[in-house]
Amino acid sequence: MTSGSGNSLGSKRLRLAVVGLGKMGLSHLAVVRTHPDVELVAACDATAYLTDVIAKNAELKCYTDYDALLAQEQIDAVLIATPSKLHASMVQKALDRGLHVFCEKPFVLELADGNRLHALAQSKRLVTQVGYHYRFVGAFQEAARIVGSDALGTVHHVRAEAYGPVVLRPQGLTWRSSKGQGGGALYDYACHAIDLVNFVTGMPSSVSGVVRHSVYSRDVEDEIYCTMHYDGGASGQLSVNWSDESFRKMSTRLSVWGTNGRMVADRQECQIYLREPHAALPDMQVGWNVRYTTDLTDPVWFYLRGEEYSAQIDYFVQSILTKRLNGHNAFGTALETDRMVAMILAGGTAAAPVPAHRPGLLARLMGA
Amino acid sequence: MDRVLFGDNQFFGVNHMSEEKARAQQIRFQDLQAVIDVLDAAYQEGIRTFMCTTHDRVAQICDHFRAHPGKYPGYKFYPCMPYAHKYANAVTDHGMIGALRKFLPEDGAIGAMLKGGVALAGRDVDAIMRLLIDAEMKMFQGLSTPVIFIQNVVTDLLLGLGMKRAFRTFHDHVKQAYGAEPGYITMNTPMLLDVLEEQGVHNPIVCSNINKIGFRMCGGLAAYEAAIATRRFRPIAMSVLASGALSPREAIAYVCGQPHIESIVFGASGRANIRQTKLLIDELSRPALVPERAAA
Repeated sequence: MTSGSGNSLGSKRLRLAVVGLGKMGLSHLAVVRTHPDVELVAACDATAYLTDVIAKNAELKCYTDYDALLAQEQIDAVLIATPSKLHASMVQKALDRGLHVFCEKPFVLELADGNRLHALAQSKRLVTQVGYHYRFVGAFQEAARIVGSDALGTVHHVRAEAYGPVVLRPQGLTWRSSKGQGGGALYDYACHAIDLVNFVTGMPSSVSGVVRHSVYSRDVEDEIYCTMHYDGGASGQLSVNWSDESFRKMSTRLSVWGTNGRMVADRQECQIYLREPHAALPDMQVGWNVRYTTDLTDPVWFYLRGEEYSAQIDYFVQSILTKRLNGHNAFGTALETDRMVAMILAGGTAAAPVPAHRPGLLARLMGA
Repeated sequence: MDRVLFGDNQFFGVNHMSEEKARAQQIRFQDLQAVIDVLDAAYQEGIRTFMCTTHDRVAQICDHFRAHPGKYPGYKFYPCMPYAHKYANAVTDHGMIGALRKFLPEDGAIGAMLKGGVALAGRDVDAIMRLLIDAEMKMFQGLSTPVIFIQNVVTDLLLGLGMKRAFRTFHDHVKQAYGAEPGYITMNTPMLLDVLEEQGVHNPIVCSNINKIGFRMCGGLAAYEAAIATRRFRPIAMSVLASGALSPREAIAYVCGQPHIESIVFGASGRANIRQTKLLIDELSRPALVPERAAA
């Protein structure tokens, strides 16, 4: 972390408010509150019992009304971690007031909103960032470096996979299982995998063969598969399923095939197979090379659930202090992920509910 | 506390280096007997304390120890609560209050209150925390649990949020209801020590990563070394091998070279590995023989 000196705000700490106190909001709140360059001014959530608990037990000023927060507090930046369908209007209000904005992923649900907000932030020269934290994981940064170095030769295929145990039965009462609110595995899980593809191998130009199926959910998809196409002829596959109990927690993996080798990266490690040595990677040998998280992870001032959550907040803070516009995960970058989501939504049928107990293929062929 | 404590990550597919290794371990240890065999091997190597998360499967391990009390004289469990994914998944599924409802007993005032949708007042957080601790401790009934830990994801969340009084509540409830010592697992030791002191928690048991390369030691290696040397607390070192980034001898020599570290917790899956690590800790923990004593 490079913090504390020569910032554009003088010696003043950045005044910030956190909006939305769900799982991610609380996690962000904890990270932000410990940051040496930040003064956490207030938190905001529409649910009064949550703000009650935080106000009384964490001694933090809390609002239940976002407009009241904006009207009454002198702040430099806002961190928005509300349900996805609220992002667009909340980001708009923050930008209108000249605030720098960190917004949880996915950025927005309507591309038109995203384009407008991106342009607005640009015109006002405000720092923006969306919470795609995988770009701050050491192993994925190493993946981007390796692919960017051309050491793998001509890249001809990429595969992005994300699996985890989120929806394991036919129920679900939160906005994550509601259509139209940014629920479903596409917005919740696939966005991370798509963003990784955009980060490491660049944004594909089209998608085909889209499958969006429900496994358990009534209104949203639980699994997404599609083929991705690049202008140069390279292809990719996206494979996402948040109804897989065999994973302890979300597991994301990116594999890249090139004419000179292959690379596989997950949160823990980055494995590289090289057919020929390459000048850009002088410390890597022909055959397998493994880089572990212990070598790839920079220390952070405060740890909660992973260095990447702290690193992305610090990056946002430093972007504001050094007036770095268009850094990692700025609205413009996050919009690429939203464009991919729009392509997938356009290319597939609406999430059609499928019975949880589908007859086996063999049984169907046999006419059972 | 014993010098050497046995950890449980290997049993539940937690491996900070490799998802493949984690899965291989999960497959091996889905049979309870395979877990018991490793605990038996550790016991035979002289390791009498099992420091374990409150994972559902630990309940089965507890059943085994309750059923064979004669086989494990002096055996102690150090519960670490909660197994966070259980709660995180429930929050995603049911929302914050729905998740609380799921884990709290249905009877009693708090359960009734949650059912009625009454707003939580500040003081109720203490009551809810006590109920959650009791729910997590159920599986250890009848077993010796002299130290009870709060897991780092919760410690560090509370620490970051500034919910400082919760540490005191945990401390008081663990002492009063279980006659046990409270322990705190954290990735942010220097920061936590300040807050515990502020809350009047004296000489706390704090378990954190302590390794030569400073991996996941927030505040930095120097701040940890200074805290260990000068502050009054009872450190337990975990992740001493830095997830395999160091050779065992080098790693353990470093930790044993730090003054005042009371215990070292490690997990391993094979008898040979357990023996090697235990012997190394014993060897490197032995105070150097001063000449007079050696002569005597």
